[in-house]
Amino acid sequence: MFSLSRKDLTSLVVLAAIVLTMPIWLAPFGAAYPGLMQKFAIYAIFAVGFNILFGLTGYLSFGHAAFVGIGSYTAVWSFKLLTMDILPAMIFAVIISGLFALVIGYFCLRRTGIYFSILTLAFAQMCYSLAYSVLTPLTNGETGLLLAGNDPRYIDKMFGVTYGSGLPTPTFLGTTLGGYGGFYLTAIVLIVIFFISQKIFASPFGMALRGIKSNQTRMMYTGFNTKPYTLAAFVVSGMIAGLAGALLSVTDPLAGTERMRWTESGNVVLMTILGGVGTLFGPIVGAWLIKYFENIFSAINSNMLNNFFSFLPDGIQSLMVTVTSKFVGEGWHLTLGLMFVLIVVFLPGGLVEGAKRVAARFDRKKPRTGPAPAPQPAE
Amino acid sequence: MTAMLAQLLNGLDKGGAYALIALGLTLVFGTLGVVNFAHGALFMLGCFCAVTFRYLITIETVTVDPTKLTPWGSPVEVRTPLVQNWFGDFGAVMVDYSVPISLILAVPTMLAIGIAMERGLIKHFYKRTHAEQILVTFGLAIVLQEVVKAFFGANPYPQPIPTDLRSAADIGILLGLEPRTLTYPWWRIIYLAFSLFVIGGVFAFLQFTTFGMVVRAGMADRETVGLMGIDIDRRFTIVFGLAAVVAGVAGVMYTPLLPPNYHLGMDFLVLSFVVVVVGGMGSLPGAVVAGFLLGILQSIASMTEIKSLIPGIDQVIIYLVAVIILLVLPRGLMGRRGVMES
Repeated sequence: MFSLSRKDLTSLVVLAAIVLTMPIWLAPFGAAYPGLMQKFAIYAIFAVGFNILFGLTGYLSFGHAAFVGIGSYTAVWSFKLLTMDILPAMIFAVIISGLFALVIGYFCLRRTGIYFSILTLAFAQMCYSLAYSVLTPLTNGETGLLLAGNDPRYIDKMFGVTYGSGLPTPTFLGTTLGGYGGFYLTAIVLIVIFFISQKIFASPFGMALRGIKSNQTRMMYTGFNTKPYTLAAFVVSGMIAGLAGALLSVTDPLAGTERMRWTESGNVVLMTILGGVGTLFGPIVGAWLIKYFENIFSAINSNMLNNFFSFLPDGIQSLMVTVTSKFVGEGWHLTLGLMFVLIVVFLPGGLVEGAKRVAARFDRKKPRTGPAPAPQPAE
Repeated sequence: MTAMLAQLLNGLDKGGAYALIALGLTLVFGTLGVVNFAHGALFMLGCFCAVTFRYLITIETVTVDPTKLTPWGSPVEVRTPLVQNWFGDFGAVMVDYSVPISLILAVPTMLAIGIAMERGLIKHFYKRTHAEQILVTFGLAIVLQEVVKAFFGANPYPQPIPTDLRSAADIGILLGLEPRTLTYPWWRIIYLAFSLFVIGGVFAFLQFTTFGMVVRAGMADRETVGLMGIDIDRRFTIVFGLAAVVAGVAGVMYTPLLPPNYHLGMDFLVLSFVVVVVGGMGSLPGAVVAGFLLGILQSIASMTEIKSLIPGIDQVIIYLVAVIILLVLPRGLMGRRGVMES
């Protein structure tokens, strides 16, 4: 059950090494603080889960942020009602978001193509709007759901666990999670999720999903009921999104509606496409890149730019600072937009695909042993 | 009953805006096969054409009038727009009517932007997957939005309604009701009429001109039209420009109703996609019908009577209706078979 092919095992080890050494290799980039690295890991989990649906089946969901939101709310409610331990919070978040995914997926998967995308978007927008308005007792609306000192926490009470004065912090089997503790927790979850995604990619189930992506009609003609397969993929990716949402609440115990906005769903789509749809590493790379830009580029101010360009003569320095300041700080969205355009124009298939092409170029000296490229089907 | 009618009217002008945006979106999709996520940004650019025009037309000269003094003793500064100096009263009317007059600026600007966009970027994406089209146009939308933000800042720019049109029309009299029971702002009536006019214009253009005929033929079978020796790509470029103009003028006339800011495009984008899909991908009449339908339903659902009956319905009605329509009618109201389903 836990065996992997040699290639997959190597990539799992490589990923584990990369993720666990993040505090070291991110330091030169100025991103090696736990709060940001947690986000890197969590959004990578989200994107890997999304890729199981989009990358394997080709169904483009525009509503996955809803599951993140549901996971967050469930986790915070578990903190409020049951215990500050993170395990039940994560388990409940996965279960509840899985149930939602089952219902939403059951309806949405009746349609394909853009009709499916709009159906998922509509369900997610309904969740968002309701969380914002009518469900305020459950979600605390605009303020966001917060912990309070007088929350019941029945299980904790049963075992006589108290947290002293002030707001309690989430614990893992009794130990408080500090900054790095939170990071390593999310990192380990990311590695586990990556392993699950590898197993799915390599399994007959993943094969069937890819068959559905390339030609669903043909799959059905071979006597294959595709519905349970796509639904299973939808539920699995919804559960992983819920887990990512729970982790967001674990590392910072509050939940707000903004996590369910459609722009968040759009973000995960962009992460996946940017990195490379249907590849194992692609979504992770895309998620890290976007989160890096979001957090680092937006924090650069004109003082830092002045320092950076201080080696230039004064006139050119101020010119460079004026030009570049349009692209960082407040204007980091501009850089992000340009990056999307450039990557799609010059690297179709995402960054991982681009890296493969570069590797192939260096490999050209070796004689080609692979099969000739498949002939294009006639239209 | 009158409240219902008032909401119906409200929905009609909101629906007009949805229909215009969705019309352009469908036009681009039907001809070029491109899912254009930058279409909302074009609407926003149209709004800022009006803002720019108003800025240009209200450039002022300051003269000091020494005969009058302000309460604290300094001479009164008289500010007059330059156009008023040049054209007298006509200039004052121009300033007053800046929003409708800015259509003159908006149409060529939007046409140029649309054609530049198609030739510069979209052209290279006909053969790519829809996911890549979405990503590149989404990136473009962000870039446009940020450029506007860099020039105009993040605050909304309220645009005035011309003074003569600020009052409300007494529609109730027409329907035989008591006077002043059902009134409706003139500008909203004008917006509705304007959107109907533009929609009618686009349909007439496609239906009754040779150019329109070629475009319709190209929508049905691009290759064959190309084989007839017609440069279909050039026509489609112009259609893209036309779609940009439709989105732009929809934006210009909407500015007095909703002060534009840089992220207006993104706010309208999702809704206009829902409208297009509910109407059915690739169907122009579908987009128009769905636009008005969803606009009206949204206004009616925001009535207090209905809100008290079903709490929260005003927030979700559009999406709820979209879900129901898509589950009952697989291709939306008037969608064609086999479009965007794989």
